[in-house]
Amino acid sequence: MKAHIWVTLKPTVLDPQGQTIQHALVSLGYNNVRDVRQGKFFVLELNGTSREEAQKQIERIARDVLANPVLEEFRYEILE
Amino acid sequence: MKFGVVVFPGSNCDHDAYHAIGEVLGQPVTWLWHASEDLQGVDAVILPGGFSYGDYLRTGAIARFSPVMRAVERFARAGGLVLGICNGFQILLEAGLLPGAMLRNAGLRFVCRPVYLRVETTNTPFTLAAHPGQVLRVPIAHSEGNYYCDAETLRRLEREDRIVFRYATADGRVTPEANPNGSLANIAGICSEGRNVLGMMPHPERAVEPALGSSDGLVVLRSMVAALARAGAA
Amino acid sequence: MLNTEIKITADVAAQHGLSPEEFARIRQILGRDPNLTELGIFSVMWSEHCSYKSSKIHLRRLPTHGPHVLQGPGENAGVVDIGDGLAAVFKIESHNHPSFVEPFQGAATGVGGILRDIFTMGARPIAVLDSLRFGPLQPTSPTERSPEELARNRRILDGVVSGIAFYGNCFGVPTVGGEVQFEPCYSSNPLVNVLALGIARHEKLFFARARGTGNPVIYVGAKTGRDGIHGASLLASAEFSEESQAKRPNVQVGDPFLEKLLLEACLEAMRTGAIVAIQDMGAAGLTCSTCEMASRGGTGIEIELARVPQREAGMTPYEIMLSESQERMLLVAEAGREQQVLDIFAKWGLDAVVIGRVTDDGLLRVLDRGRVVAEVPAKALAEQCPVYDRPRQPPPPRTGESLFAFSADANAEPARWTEQFRRLLAEPAVASKRWIFEQYDYMVRTNTLVGPGAGDAAVVRVKGTPRALALATDGNGRWCWLDPFVGAQHAVAEAARNVACTGARPIAATNCLNFGNPEKPEIMWQFARAVDGIAVACEALGVPITGGNVSFYNETLGRPIYPTPILGVLGLLDNAAHALQSGFRQAGDAILLLDGGSQPAPQSVSAETLRREFSSSLYAKTLAGVVAGTPPPADLEAEKRLIALLVALAREELLHSAHDLSDGGLAVAVAESCFAGEPPLGAEIQLPGPHSLPLEFALFNERGARAVVSCAEPALARVFALARQYQVTAHELGRTGGATFRVQRNGTTVVEAPVESLREVWATALECALRSR
Repeated sequence: MKAHIWVTLKPTVLDPQGQTIQHALVSLGYNNVRDVRQGKFFVLELNGTSREEAQKQIERIARDVLANPVLEEFRYEILE
Repeated sequence: MKFGVVVFPGSNCDHDAYHAIGEVLGQPVTWLWHASEDLQGVDAVILPGGFSYGDYLRTGAIARFSPVMRAVERFARAGGLVLGICNGFQILLEAGLLPGAMLRNAGLRFVCRPVYLRVETTNTPFTLAAHPGQVLRVPIAHSEGNYYCDAETLRRLEREDRIVFRYATADGRVTPEANPNGSLANIAGICSEGRNVLGMMPHPERAVEPALGSSDGLVVLRSMVAALARAGAA
Repeated sequence: MLNTEIKITADVAAQHGLSPEEFARIRQILGRDPNLTELGIFSVMWSEHCSYKSSKIHLRRLPTHGPHVLQGPGENAGVVDIGDGLAAVFKIESHNHPSFVEPFQGAATGVGGILRDIFTMGARPIAVLDSLRFGPLQPTSPTERSPEELARNRRILDGVVSGIAFYGNCFGVPTVGGEVQFEPCYSSNPLVNVLALGIARHEKLFFARARGTGNPVIYVGAKTGRDGIHGASLLASAEFSEESQAKRPNVQVGDPFLEKLLLEACLEAMRTGAIVAIQDMGAAGLTCSTCEMASRGGTGIEIELARVPQREAGMTPYEIMLSESQERMLLVAEAGREQQVLDIFAKWGLDAVVIGRVTDDGLLRVLDRGRVVAEVPAKALAEQCPVYDRPRQPPPPRTGESLFAFSADANAEPARWTEQFRRLLAEPAVASKRWIFEQYDYMVRTNTLVGPGAGDAAVVRVKGTPRALALATDGNGRWCWLDPFVGAQHAVAEAARNVACTGARPIAATNCLNFGNPEKPEIMWQFARAVDGIAVACEALGVPITGGNVSFYNETLGRPIYPTPILGVLGLLDNAAHALQSGFRQAGDAILLLDGGSQPAPQSVSAETLRREFSSSLYAKTLAGVVAGTPPPADLEAEKRLIALLVALAREELLHSAHDLSDGGLAVAVAESCFAGEPPLGAEIQLPGPHSLPLEFALFNERGARAVVSCAEPALARVFALARQYQVTAHELGRTGGATFRVQRNGTTVVEAPVESLREVWATALECALRSR
């Protein structure tokens, strides 16, 4: 089983990196880029567990390990 | 002869390079602003260390699009001397003026310490004042200095004698223990096909006075002065 | 979202941390009820963090004047004259609570904040030092710790170090020194104190005083978001509880790249002469910067919030005024020259907006789309917070504590003493801090003459002059807990001694006072005693306090930290070439112990007194789990003599190394000088008498006013002559060289091992402790 997990800064948290990239894009002529938020993308491959179990496990992994709950939030999808 | 030190937003070793050239070597030196394509008639360009654009996105990835880099690229293609130190090396890689890329240090942490470099070739304008195999004590300070290129590129760099410095022990042996960041083949610096562009992770401009612990870095800057003099730069 | 129209009662005020008396005072000042925005403004300005309301009456006892002092406490940072028309601008500040909540960002923004304090004064930052305190990393330190606690302590240390590295390295300021200690009381309340130093020409110094009615007020830097509302002020003004987790969303994110641009742009703008005043927006952001600049300048300020750059939609005036978003500055420009200033910031890619003007009515007036949403006398906010003389009470005497028991007839067991010594070298407080400092760029700006691990203090040269500056931080919380008056004196003395070991003359100090809840009489007593200790020591050693900060409420679940005053001492070297390192430099050099002490010689002291003193040592804590007794007596006259001698010896270039005695005493000091050599050198020494003292005491006692120095044979006579002249006892201990570290007493070997085997233990212990699971 495969899972994709995206970890990004919470919308209310300043993203200096995204902001700097946005400025750079505008200066390169992409004037319509209003905002950039960046984050991390993880691909996990799991050994044979049920979908429900995998879901629980992934939520735990994302919450406790991959994301810093102080600053970040996550979403995920499970692929067969 | 005149040196130019490029200032990107976030450059922070620009003053050190300027000091080494202007005060220690006593050579004329000027600032080159990132937003201008005017190289002010300099004979050599230094891309200094630092965190251009905060190292955001990838090291050097945003700086390579600066107007000044368009001019530097033309200057380099025309044979002008370009020295990229640390972040400057990363920018040269992103700009495609040198082959390869930087990965995070094998230890995954920023490392600041003096290291030993072995001069692998004196057939460059940056090392002509050194003798082959000479060991230099020069500091590093980076978190992404783990040089990487594909096998074909490495073979080519070796074949064309373009590996300029390798990390080594104090007595000049190239060993895994002497490699501070996991760089492929202990590579610390490489030059371009035309040999006029050098990228190196260690900071020669930080090793220019005995009070700083070493003046071995001077050999790089003095070689450039000698090369320019030889080429007849006034 | 907060509604500004709600009725403000004493209850609402209490939720903002204001007492009924304080609320009454606010109503009296305004002559009416405050609205919610005004209450918020008062609550941050009158918080402990911004107002110093519990500490002010005590801080007045600190000496703040001296021949070098150009600016004492009260500005963004202290300023001292260092000759050649140059000034050193420096200050230490805490970021403890944010660093517990989010170690990486907490420490990073701590560095960012103190750097802004320095460059707002017109000085370019040239060095940073960090004084860090963490919980133990090892299972028995000194009593059993749970694996969860140890894992958390390692995580906090890793996050704090990475955060400091991230910010300082990117900004381009070298992190050149500091110190780290470990005690159980810091497990739930780590300390992150950051000291920054900058250099400016006297005539180019800037102050945060808003002057000139009609002058524009300009906002520069990052956009304002909902970061850290009530962050620094509230976090630092109340104890931690389990609910602190809920305060987490308040943590600010630092952007060192933006701050680097701010630095360059501010210094460039200052050079134009168009800037009248400047202050950074740190704790309490826009509120603090507006009312403090107006109050100091004797003026008023009016701002329009609609012009403030905002990162998030729908922010209320309350939120905008209290936001602690990082990397923002407020400046006052000369009317008519604002465009020149705005152009410079635009060149550096920074947002700069005129948001208001200086007025002559003494009021902080806040408008939101033309409507007045707050109007408060600036002076009332900045200077008229009630000041408290809080009740003080000494803690009950510690009766029945078990003291350290000296071993009988110890001389016969060199193997055992060598093993004990090895364990002491592996204690993280003693072990090499290389794992930490190699993550910091300590060389950028090419001024670092003595970097971390190389000397007792960091030494940075001042380019364009023959001079150099030395800086050290110190503070032994364990000793201050045992006796805050004596412990605080030692903090000053050790920092000054460290500076003197590099050859520099101590000239000024800054302090960061980390304590528990000041509303508890015992904590307030500790604080008052520590301030007294600092005052007498600074007076005696001629190092006035030029600034700093107070951090109260360092408690979690009612358990306070050790009282931990951290002292930063600045020293001046007239000739940078005289800077001394701590490592032995060549084989065959003489090793000497310099002892300024005039206190009664140990043999005349009762056995009980010796036990009490030694029970406070690191050895007693590490090897016997004993934390008891009293710190060694502080002898400030002895310290003064030793400091004068060290400076004189360096000036005559007689020494090859100098290293003070502190944690682990003489044995550890000599070993550290061996390890710091390049390459490491062995040493053979004889312990000085009297030989009737317990061996542990002779090897490991931590009395002050002592240093281990080395010199070439021909210099010995002159060293002895100078020592006599300065009334310091010089004991010749032995010689450097060889591959062995050997300590003998009265002809018998008591510690012996290959120096490389000891160095290996010392060099790898911290990393091992951090990696163990």
